[in-house]
Amino acid sequence: MKWGVVRFPGSLDDGDAIWALADVMGQEAFILWHKEESIRGAECVLLPGGFSYGDYLRTGAIARFSPIMKSVAKFAADGGLVIGICNGFQILCEAHLLPGALTRNRTLSFICERVHVRVENASTPFTRAAHNGDVLRLPIKHGEGLYVAPEDELRQMEERGQVVLRYVDASGRESDDANLNGSTRAIAGVANERFNVFGLMPHPEHAVEPMLGGTDGLKIFQSIAQGPR
Amino acid sequence: MQVKVFVTPRKGILDPQGRAIEGSLASLGFKNASNVKVGRYITLEIAAASAQQARDEARRMCEQLLANPVIEDFRFEVEGE
Repeated sequence: MKWGVVRFPGSLDDGDAIWALADVMGQEAFILWHKEESIRGAECVLLPGGFSYGDYLRTGAIARFSPIMKSVAKFAADGGLVIGICNGFQILCEAHLLPGALTRNRTLSFICERVHVRVENASTPFTRAAHNGDVLRLPIKHGEGLYVAPEDELRQMEERGQVVLRYVDASGRESDDANLNGSTRAIAGVANERFNVFGLMPHPEHAVEPMLGGTDGLKIFQSIAQGPR
Repeated sequence: MQVKVFVTPRKGILDPQGRAIEGSLASLGFKNASNVKVGRYITLEIAAASAQQARDEARRMCEQLLANPVIEDFRFEVEGE
């Protein structure tokens, strides 16, 4: 699969995403500069973590207006696969490609930890290499990861299976302690209604080799590499 | 024309900053303080022929960029109105 990894001013994890995809998985992956207007034939667009535009105004609020985002929005509207990780998730929410928003962690502090997330819907193009109920161990590192959305929208999202990942403890059970940033309904990752756009706060690209403390992140990328359904 | 924009967390949306400040105020002895909200104050100038035009533009700015309607409310004032 051909992957386009968007680099905004302030992106941090673009290089690690390329490493995970190209060096570890042997996929074709290239950087898309945010001023480009074409995604150059990418079959999946990845918006990486970081602090695009210094997180000015709101996280992701400025990056959303980068020239490349027009093409990304069109690609998504045509059914193309888009994944946003951390700051990428924030950008997708700001761009209204995903429902909800990400706000300040309830601790008011930056959190850098390994967490466990449970796969709530393994039928999406982003999770189908996993099974429902699988627990993935992935790192998080963010100051603004508290997921919020209007209550009626959350209910509909749950019914449609758009809540794809939820923070749980190591045994797979939900608990307040396991929900470090205080996300509503312990939501860690969501998909759009069409299930071709996905955002998550944990970093799969930082969990692709045993040396990094785990390989559970590969599950996400292996799912996507199977292509659109 | 000078425009002042006030962006505040939408009712019902968690505001951990407001809650933390409320706790600090209480610990300082300000027991009467409640419902603390932390927002953003933005000033800008709009070159507009009329106050109405400035208001229309300010509203569009708020809707498209300055506030996120999912989590925030906004209001603004156009100076000299």
